Amino acid sequence: MTEHRNILVCRGTGCVSSKSPLIMEELERQIKAAGLSNEVGVKQTGCHGFCQRGPIVVVEPEGIFYCEVKVEDVAEIVESHIKNGKVVERLLYTDPKSNEHIPHYRDIPFYKNQQRVILRNCGHIDPENIDDYISAGGYSGLKKALDKTQEGVIDEVMKSSLRGRGGAGFPAGKKWKLCRDAKGEPKYLICNADEGDPGAFMDRSILEADPHAVLEGMIIAAYAIGASKGYVYVRAEYPLAIQRLECALQQAEEHGFIGQNILETGLSFEIEIKRGAGAFVCGEETALMASIMGERGMPRPRPPFPAISGVWGKPTNINNVKTLASIPVIMSKGAEWFASIGTEGSTGTAVFALTGNIANSGLVEVPMGTELGKIIFDIGGGVPDGKALKAAQTGGPSGGCIPAEKKNIPVDYESLTSAGSIMGSGGLIVMDEETCMVDIAHYFLSFTQQESCGKCTPCRVGTKRMLEILEKIKGGEGKPGDLEKLEQLAWTVKNGSLCALGGTAPNPVLTTLRYFRDEYLQHIDNTRCPAQVCKGLIRYHINEEKCIGCGICASKCPVEAISGEKKQLHVIDEATCIKCGICFQSCPPKAKAVEKIDIEVIRAED
Amino acid sequence: MKDVVREIVNKHHNDPASLISILQEIQTEEGHLSEETIYEIAEALDISESKIYGVATFYTQFKFKKPGLHQIKICQGTACHVKGSNPLLDVLKSNLKIEPGDTTSDGNVSLERVACLGCCALAPVMVLDDEIHGKMTQDSTSEMLSSLKEKKSKEEDRD
Repeated sequence: MTEHRNILVCRGTGCVSSKSPLIMEELERQIKAAGLSNEVGVKQTGCHGFCQRGPIVVVEPEGIFYCEVKVEDVAEIVESHIKNGKVVERLLYTDPKSNEHIPHYRDIPFYKNQQRVILRNCGHIDPENIDDYISAGGYSGLKKALDKTQEGVIDEVMKSSLRGRGGAGFPAGKKWKLCRDAKGEPKYLICNADEGDPGAFMDRSILEADPHAVLEGMIIAAYAIGASKGYVYVRAEYPLAIQRLECALQQAEEHGFIGQNILETGLSFEIEIKRGAGAFVCGEETALMASIMGERGMPRPRPPFPAISGVWGKPTNINNVKTLASIPVIMSKGAEWFASIGTEGSTGTAVFALTGNIANSGLVEVPMGTELGKIIFDIGGGVPDGKALKAAQTGGPSGGCIPAEKKNIPVDYESLTSAGSIMGSGGLIVMDEETCMVDIAHYFLSFTQQESCGKCTPCRVGTKRMLEILEKIKGGEGKPGDLEKLEQLAWTVKNGSLCALGGTAPNPVLTTLRYFRDEYLQHIDNTRCPAQVCKGLIRYHINEEKCIGCGICASKCPVEAISGEKKQLHVIDEATCIKCGICFQSCPPKAKAVEKIDIEVIRAED
Repeated sequence: MKDVVREIVNKHHNDPASLISILQEIQTEEGHLSEETIYEIAEALDISESKIYGVATFYTQFKFKKPGLHQIKICQGTACHVKGSNPLLDVLKSNLKIEPGDTTSDGNVSLERVACLGCCALAPVMVLDDEIHGKMTQDSTSEMLSSLKEKKSKEEDRD
């Protein structure tokens, strides 16, 4: 044991929820008790992005990756690995395909196939220690930027062709220039960390794992556009991210990176953290600005764009967390380096939150233009339990469903748009064959319908009427012509809405209609949900011949709809049954007596 | 005026532009925004109560009814939906005999639906009193509910 070792313990939200702070405490205690405190450090990090396998513990410099670690495992890690140099095999990542242990971080397929630019420090540095960030090259981008003129910084960002990572993909350099050229003082800079898309959590992870990268990006942007005040608008649902950000902000102030006369350059910039209060629409920039000013978060028509008239009527620049986190590396490594990654139209990398029916879920960063299938199969390990891929959904409620047969499309702004979806903020939800696309369309639309602020009629009323049609279809009451009505309404909402929430809300419906029309027609013409998901079209039944009378289903039924004596046939009372499907899931595999059956819908005469 | 209202409003320099932060901080202290509290904030900021209600009702974070002793939030994000959060909501609803947004009649538990908590890799996810519980199943949900009932009966025994 000659070299200095570090044991990294992930303390992102995911790993914290599976007790990683206790693991860290125990490691510290045992390392101290073993008299190894001088040779072995125990360090907290932010999210590694592989939350599903958490809590994650990494031993460096070897880069041994332990997953699903428990407090009880600490003794063995210390005794076997740290003291005797013998890796604890049972805690290593096991490849689901080959069933082999993979000891090294770099060899795990989930990481091996990624290129981490925005997530460069996530999982490697202590987010609450600015020195850790600085020794990883942090704040060197700021110093380089401050050596340039303000125009020089904007030129560099333009040359990198960086596009906004918030969803719309507007060129960041151009946005900065508009704000810089706008008349009015003071100017404001906003970091949009209101990550409201269900299924996206990369902004949270970046703020938790590498908050200084976002602050550094903000300071550079502030210098370039001449802003003196910045806001980070972050969701209240992300308490740990807020805490890390507050800590980073204080450290950056102490080090002279934020405040008056930054690094003796005469530049002054201060940052205030504003917590969101649970309104999805506040991710829209004009709504976000209203919220910062203490108002209802309702969008307003543009123009004027925020660059001309933003918060308090002053020129304001708004960028997403990932856009800002990209800025420091663009400054330190150069625009040409950044532009060499990805495709011509979409430079750099894309970060996805890969979730749903996928073997390896977590945060994934790949060069723009990577094939969708590569992300799902090579990095994500494919769909588990031998099921087939049905679709992938990108862009959250504003995006669309891409069918399995299009799995070879490259993920970049243009390709996703032409497939009817959007890049969005980066949610990538994988759906297997047991997913009903009508149900998914209904799910997203009910989300946007609830979140519609109600200001403009197409969005407020249009989404409501669309949802009613989908509810009818799901309940077996769909009529011929409903799909045409749905499409017509969808286009009205899309074209007539004031902001992007309404403008994109119909996308999940339109893409599922485009790629899965047959599935809709099955619901309408045959009153059948092929995936057997829609509750109105199925019922549960216990097979008389298969039931072994174990009573598990009856004990688990939340509404006591199942009756039967021990070792006797059990029966479901359909009048009481709420079709939650728990009996179906809990019936022992050897019996498989609970069946899901299509119901005969008796239609009311028109 | 309550001290807590005065302190928080003063901290924000009686500035109506900080209304959302003020409401958030007061709710953290008091658990909800009562009619009386809103009246006091209106006085302190010199704005109308209807203005405050207008803002507060817009955001789902703000509560106007006293929440239960324990709060369960069930995530309704996409990953959770795909991984079966709806059957778990059924379990919660039928066990607690309340709908989301309500509190049990004994004041012990309130149930809330939330849009994505950002822990999608651990779907389905619930939050019990600010502690995140991932990879929930029907069994772990039932366990969570019975632990809450046990806690309550222990507290009652103590009283």
